[in-house]
Amino acid sequence: MGGSPILRLIAQRVAMGILLLFAVSALIFAGTQILPGDVAASILGQSATPTALANLRQELGLNDPAYVRYFRWLGGILTGDLGTALTTRQDIATTLGPRLWNTLFLAFWTAVVAIPLAILLGLLAVRYRNGPIDKAISGFALASTSLPEFFIGYLLIFFFAVKLQWFPSISTVYDGMPFLEKLQAIVLPGTALLLVVLAHMMRMTRAAILNVMQSAYVETAELKGLSQLNIIRKHAFPNAIAPIVNVVMLNLAFLVVGVVVVEVIFVYPGMGQYLVDHVAKRDVPVVQAVGLIFAAVYISLNIVADIASILANPRLRHPR
Amino acid sequence: MSNELEFLSRYVVAGRLSRRDFLGRAAALGASAAFANSLLGSAARAQGAVKGGILKAGLQGGEATNSLDPASFLSQVPFSFGKCWGEYLVRLKRDGSLENKLAEEIGASDDAKTWTMKIKQGVEFHNGKTVTAEDVAATITRHADANSKSGALGILTNITGVKASGNDVIVELANADADFPYLMADYHLIIQPNGGKDNPTEGISAGPYKVTVNEPGVRQGGEKFANYHGGDAMGHADQIEIIVINDATARTSALQGGQVQMINRVEPKIVELIKRVPGVTIQNVSGRGHYVFIMHCNTAPFDNNDLRLALKYAMNREEMLEKILFGYGTVGNDFPINAAYPLFTELEQRTFDPDKAKFHYQKSGHSGPVLLRTSDVAFTGAVDAAQLYQQSCAAAGITIEVKREPGDGYWSEVWNKQPFSTSYWGGRSTQDQMYTTAYYSKADWNDTRFFNEKFDQMLLAARSELDEAKRKQMYADMGTIVRDEGGLILPMFNDFIDASGAKAGGFTVHPAGEMMDGYALAECWVAA
Repeated sequence: MGGSPILRLIAQRVAMGILLLFAVSALIFAGTQILPGDVAASILGQSATPTALANLRQELGLNDPAYVRYFRWLGGILTGDLGTALTTRQDIATTLGPRLWNTLFLAFWTAVVAIPLAILLGLLAVRYRNGPIDKAISGFALASTSLPEFFIGYLLIFFFAVKLQWFPSISTVYDGMPFLEKLQAIVLPGTALLLVVLAHMMRMTRAAILNVMQSAYVETAELKGLSQLNIIRKHAFPNAIAPIVNVVMLNLAFLVVGVVVVEVIFVYPGMGQYLVDHVAKRDVPVVQAVGLIFAAVYISLNIVADIASILANPRLRHPR
Repeated sequence: MSNELEFLSRYVVAGRLSRRDFLGRAAALGASAAFANSLLGSAARAQGAVKGGILKAGLQGGEATNSLDPASFLSQVPFSFGKCWGEYLVRLKRDGSLENKLAEEIGASDDAKTWTMKIKQGVEFHNGKTVTAEDVAATITRHADANSKSGALGILTNITGVKASGNDVIVELANADADFPYLMADYHLIIQPNGGKDNPTEGISAGPYKVTVNEPGVRQGGEKFANYHGGDAMGHADQIEIIVINDATARTSALQGGQVQMINRVEPKIVELIKRVPGVTIQNVSGRGHYVFIMHCNTAPFDNNDLRLALKYAMNREEMLEKILFGYGTVGNDFPINAAYPLFTELEQRTFDPDKAKFHYQKSGHSGPVLLRTSDVAFTGAVDAAQLYQQSCAAAGITIEVKREPGDGYWSEVWNKQPFSTSYWGGRSTQDQMYTTAYYSKADWNDTRFFNEKFDQMLLAARSELDEAKRKQMYADMGTIVRDEGGLILPMFNDFIDASGAKAGGFTVHPAGEMMDGYALAECWVAA
């Protein structure tokens, strides 16, 4: 086998990821098939007549066997066609696009604030470990994580939207909205999410670095008289990167796939609300498409984390 | 009395008397809240609506799956938005009579089987085309087609033929129906170019607003249609917008923060708190919607009328109203009609009576627990209601076993399938419609499996009875049959509770439904 071992490892990871995605697609399809209830009945609601139901089922092609529908669906996806929503008859990719974009917008700006903040706080906690600063940082972060996100959301709304009226409680963003208004609209949901993900990343940073701080070379660094911050920055942090990246990616994935509650509270038009609406209506093609996108985001972020830890490992970077 | 009230209402409009004081004095003078409110609304209207601005509503009941095709309307947001951009043949007025919109005149043949509707001339659609009798006929045909998926199909099955002739639309019915014009007020029946047969989701009609924003499940909005035919009564704001807010707390805070001027579905338990917010007015109106416990009259053990009566007497309606609806509703009487319907007759009120329940229970010879299926999707608080009922039945010596079913698939697997369950009915526009939909022996949704020949005969006879007094008596007799022999336990009718902010001018509740029967955005204005 030629080529550098790093490239081989990375290629392996990516291939695994793609394989996994296929497996997930089969799981998603199977899962949506065993959902209770019937698409036609859900679309027409309580007021469905048997005739209307039969008409709709016929029209939606629900009478074909499952494997035929699976391969039809998979074939469509491989050619970039996510299909048509059963309920609205609109192209899924077109309606999904803006929602995905909104979700990524919120996730991106939350991450831009949350990741540096979490790592900085983690570093500070290590620097002043076991002192009042460490305890304050950890205490605050753990408290905010322990509160359920809907509670944090309502608290933020109560103080900043209703009482002080600094920010809107409704975060509806739309195409053509000025960028600064958009940012203002997502301040409250972004803050709520920030408070949810902060502690995990910060605690992991702290733990990972502290772990490295026990090793012999750090002791050596201390003995040669380096300052605490320099030791952390130059010697401890680079070696603690792998676990930190893992946690960061996990939280990034959460920001994309796990924000349904925050979206509902702040009326943010993202993927979560979109998915819930379609699950409620048994709009299977949309549920499948969203499920696949979520899985793809999750798997690719994990691949990135894997690759980052491979690259952070000097033994792999410099093979003998 | 009414002179004094009118005088006072002008005071309110002039800002010399607060709204709350006015309602207090109105109550002292013996006026109902609804009457006082409507008086206030008309006084404000007389004062003159403010033109311009953007009026926004935050509503529950919108999903990403909504479409602009009126046939698909089901939840509150499409319902309300439809009344902004859509135009109908007729509209239900607050007193229960009809107001002509695109129809100019509606007449029936003597046997009430052929109806002729003269269509108003010179009305323009949003796309510039003129509304013709052909468009109207095509609309009715589309919704009444047996293959249609329209929510209005159920009420239109009686139609055998529709044709346009000059300015008239002529509709032939299989059976006589004195109530036919009321059906045309159904919220699905928006008149579209060529009936929407070409492009049902384009959102073109002749209502006061043109659709400009359509992001289903997020927001929908429109701008004033310059050539609106209906004159000055509607379309005051330059723009209207509905923001879908399905979370109750988020809705309330949006109203408090001033981001929207009106909201629907205020939770009864927080009404007292909302009332204290300055500028916010609670707008509640009793409607036709009712909470039901339904038994299949043809399935054991419910095929025994004594058991059914026992279960009816074991229902504590007052307690249910107080604890589940926090008093925002009215007690029911085991038949699906209340004062919101035309030709309503009050029947003797059935009350909680453990002794009578015990008597009928013993007479039925039944023993062992009775299984009641429920889920919170039936109505908010349905599981609690089932447990309350379990308690009041226990007082009569009847054991109820409550089974909580998953919300998913409740409407397809439990309701109308299982012999005893909780459910909800939104009501219909006429008594005939309500009975035909759910109590006629041949109805698809005969969810109490009520097969009563005498009842069926009276229902059919009432349809062609043009003498109102006789019809009223027939409906009273039918109500009595359902109440005493049917499978329906009806503890309460719920109120619709909306709330409006200080900037929503002209909000006047409408007995037919929430958000002024959907017309709130079209009829209110942005107060200065």
